[in-house]
Amino acid sequence: MPAPIRLRELIRTIRTARTQAEEREMIQKECAAIRSSFREEDNTYRCRNVAKLLYMHMLGYPAHFGQLECLKLIASQKFTDKRIGYLGAMLLLDERQDVHLLMTNCIKNDLNHSTQYVQGLALCTLGCMGSSEMCRDLAGEVEKLLKTSNSYLRKKAALCAVHVIRKVPELMEMFLPATKNLLSEKNHGVLHTSVVLLTEMCERSPDMLAHFRKLVPQLVRILKNLIMSGYSPEHDVSGISDPFLQVRILRLLRILGKNDDDSSEAMNDILAQVATNTETSKNVGNAILYETVLTIMDIKSESGLRVLAINILGRFLLNNDKNIRYVALTSLLKTVQTDHNAVQRHRSTIVDCLKDLDVSIKRRAMELSFALVNGNNIRGMMKELLYFLDSCDPEFKADCASGVFLAAEKYAPSKRWHIDTIMRVLTTAGSYVRDDSVPNLIQLITNSVEMHAYTVQRLYKALLDDISQQPLVQVASWCIGEYGDLLVSGQCEEEEPIQVTEDEVLDVLEGLLVSNLSTPVTRGYSLTAIMKLSTRFSSVNRIKKVVSIYGSSIDVELQQRAVEYNALFKKYDHMRSALLERMPIMEKTASNGPTEIVQTNGETDPSVVETKHPPPVTQSTNQATDLLDLLGGNDMVPVIQTSVPTKPASAGGELLDLLGDLSLSGGPAPTPAPSVPTSQPPFLLDGLSSQPLFNDIAAAGIPPMTAYNKNGLKIDFTFERANPNPNIAVITINASNSTEADMTDFVFQAAVPKTFQLQLLSPSSNVVPALNQGTVTQVIRVLNPQKQQLRMRIKLTYTHRASSIQDLAEVNNFPPQSWQ
Amino acid sequence: MIKAILIFNNHGKPRLSKFYEHFNEDIEQQIIRETFHLVSKRDENVCNFLEGGMLIGGSDYKLIYRHYATLYFVFCVDSSESELGILDLIQVNSQVFVETLDKCFENVCELDLIFHVDKVHHILAEMVMGGMVLETNMNEIITQVDLQNKMEKSEAGIAGAPARAVSAVKNMNLPEMPRNINIGDISIKVPNLPSFK
Repeated sequence: MPAPIRLRELIRTIRTARTQAEEREMIQKECAAIRSSFREEDNTYRCRNVAKLLYMHMLGYPAHFGQLECLKLIASQKFTDKRIGYLGAMLLLDERQDVHLLMTNCIKNDLNHSTQYVQGLALCTLGCMGSSEMCRDLAGEVEKLLKTSNSYLRKKAALCAVHVIRKVPELMEMFLPATKNLLSEKNHGVLHTSVVLLTEMCERSPDMLAHFRKLVPQLVRILKNLIMSGYSPEHDVSGISDPFLQVRILRLLRILGKNDDDSSEAMNDILAQVATNTETSKNVGNAILYETVLTIMDIKSESGLRVLAINILGRFLLNNDKNIRYVALTSLLKTVQTDHNAVQRHRSTIVDCLKDLDVSIKRRAMELSFALVNGNNIRGMMKELLYFLDSCDPEFKADCASGVFLAAEKYAPSKRWHIDTIMRVLTTAGSYVRDDSVPNLIQLITNSVEMHAYTVQRLYKALLDDISQQPLVQVASWCIGEYGDLLVSGQCEEEEPIQVTEDEVLDVLEGLLVSNLSTPVTRGYSLTAIMKLSTRFSSVNRIKKVVSIYGSSIDVELQQRAVEYNALFKKYDHMRSALLERMPIMEKTASNGPTEIVQTNGETDPSVVETKHPPPVTQSTNQATDLLDLLGGNDMVPVIQTSVPTKPASAGGELLDLLGDLSLSGGPAPTPAPSVPTSQPPFLLDGLSSQPLFNDIAAAGIPPMTAYNKNGLKIDFTFERANPNPNIAVITINASNSTEADMTDFVFQAAVPKTFQLQLLSPSSNVVPALNQGTVTQVIRVLNPQKQQLRMRIKLTYTHRASSIQDLAEVNNFPPQSWQ
Repeated sequence: MIKAILIFNNHGKPRLSKFYEHFNEDIEQQIIRETFHLVSKRDENVCNFLEGGMLIGGSDYKLIYRHYATLYFVFCVDSSESELGILDLIQVNSQVFVETLDKCFENVCELDLIFHVDKVHHILAEMVMGGMVLETNMNEIITQVDLQNKMEKSEAGIAGAPARAVSAVKNMNLPEMPRNINIGDISIKVPNLPSFK
């Protein structure tokens, strides 16, 4: 058989192939030749064949049949064979093949070979792909080599030890004695790898960490020598002495100094020295500075040093090199939580980075900008961010839109501004807005009562322009459904009211139903909106027609809705007005923005913000229906009943946490009931709805009163004045039962005149025990901005002695102090 | 830790691929292709850092690359490595490759990298081991690689006798030709390779 061709020949041949198929053919031919050569057990040319096999493997062709040959090469005496054999082993073999275990013996012998290069090869292979079994077997040899004086071997042994520790963490202690004088080496290669080994050990075991803390002075000394020593041609890179080693030492110092005052103090000087003396004109200097900054931020450094670090990062931001800018933005993002004020100083530079051409930099700048938004800079920042939203790539738009919503929710200076911002986002990036933003927005709009007319008008105008962006269309149709009457009556105060007729509105909504651009979800929204308008508009017949058409729609969801609405028209017409009336204000849930962009408050416990379930709206409307029947008219605003038990106590602490940046003076501060036009954002309600909170507030000497006393059921009102806001009266009712039988299924409902707002919290129970053995308590919050006389109509339902009893009463005898 | 070191040309053909974590062969090829796609899309004046593609571990890993004329040098690293440090390493890395190969063959260029894949691997093994940086001193690396090559040559090497004759002829001229280590004097076939310093 002729001698197998040389590697170079093979490469040359393959390069002449013009198509993939041709190349494949050549390779297959050569593979066949190699295979037969292997079968012949030819020792001279084996290394040549394996070399060719490795080349083909790199190109992507299967080479597993060469694995055993690699082993044979490793076992050979010739250095050339061993070299290629070990290389092949590293490239072709891995832990999953059983073959690799056969190598263990060879490696063991080679670790004790007389030639250092053979030892080096063995160490290298073990360090790259040694399995846990191999590592266990050979750890002793590695440890021996770690103590040798041969620096070439020592550095390789150190990295091999790192690999062993990674694979078999229990063996770490074994290497401990060998590390004793690693740092006294002169050879930089050994120093470097030793530092890596020490770093690995410290990261894995807190005991080791404590043990190695005593090395800090030695490390500081080495670092100092590196900086102070003159030009050393061996390790010089662009004028700086061995920057790789400097960076490694800095990283080890970081790990050692974290959470430890003594070590941190020992490092302060050297860190300051490095930070001020390093030359920043080349990338190397910046790499060292970057590492220094990270170390300063992580250890317990003094504040002057921290400010220095942040300033360095600020300087990086102005650097021409985009790599440096990117790295600076990343680090600032990490530090913005802890050193917020310092980072704020560089805000304008960061905002400028939004305009950078580089995608990676833009993303980092966007994340950082959102982290920096606060109550003071919200207007300016939002302008920049909205401009960014307009012009950025689609991949950013979703994240940016969510971030804008989050920031606007937290820091909106006024409702009008908030609505405007939302409109802007919906119209510019409407199709990229996340799906869960739609319900959040709807909730927001509901809560800002006085802006309803303005909102619906703007949304209507936006719809006229463009119906392709689904989230916008969905929110708009929901609003038109709810507030269509405001739209038609032209009541807007904020801007020039537009003249719209009912038919025009219905045209638009019907247009949505038939348009190809609308998704099924959107269609559902518009059908429901049309239905709601049946109680607000007068053209009921038109609506009836539309609804009945969709009763036979192919889309099951639409069909179901249409059929149910039809039924409403036919059989349940008396309930229609009640069911379709205005939605009550919903309890705010915790914001659901993308968590990676903005933390609601980085400084406090994460346990604070929990989602609360919004009350089932249908239940409220059912009770509202009852009340309407009860009240028989529209002059009373039905109560909003929260049916979910709210979180008890610690509400004060929660509040403070939730409010974070916003400085609210003093302790638990119950804010006005939702939708009062104050400057405080609506979410403040979250922490407030707890009974004990209100009960703690001292009653301002308002006398209690008996509101109702009949048939053995007595209801007492006690009053408290909510402190910062005198417009809220908090009434606690106590219901007691003096009869001999319990009153079960006890439900208390109340209604107040239109100028008031009422909120009823959950009762303590719904059984009033007999013979005054206990009471049912419930808290009512009444907002009385116009300070009118408080009147209330109450309705009581309960089961007593197996019969169900209902009663109505008016309460007019409120003491004047309760509403003045 | 460095997860992988890849060198490929402007068309995506791999010139060197070394993985420090195990993947199947086909996955390895896919990673090379995916990395090439990610890196070749990048403009010339954007930063040299990228998030890793899906196959190589997603956003936990970063791709740090440098583009020299016809070759891309890509290091895939995890978060424990300093990005700027790796950037410097690539610089040193390519410098070492060029220099060492130049010692063996005059006027080194991409072709030499192609034809001496095994040598390139051996050089790399002196610099990076098990995903960690072993030695950064260029002279040290070159010295060690040289000695090992000499050992191989004394055993007749892979290619056999003829190559020895050729190199013997070359070496004869050595004393007369001033061999400057200074990278600026080495003429590189590919004209638009930027200076490495």
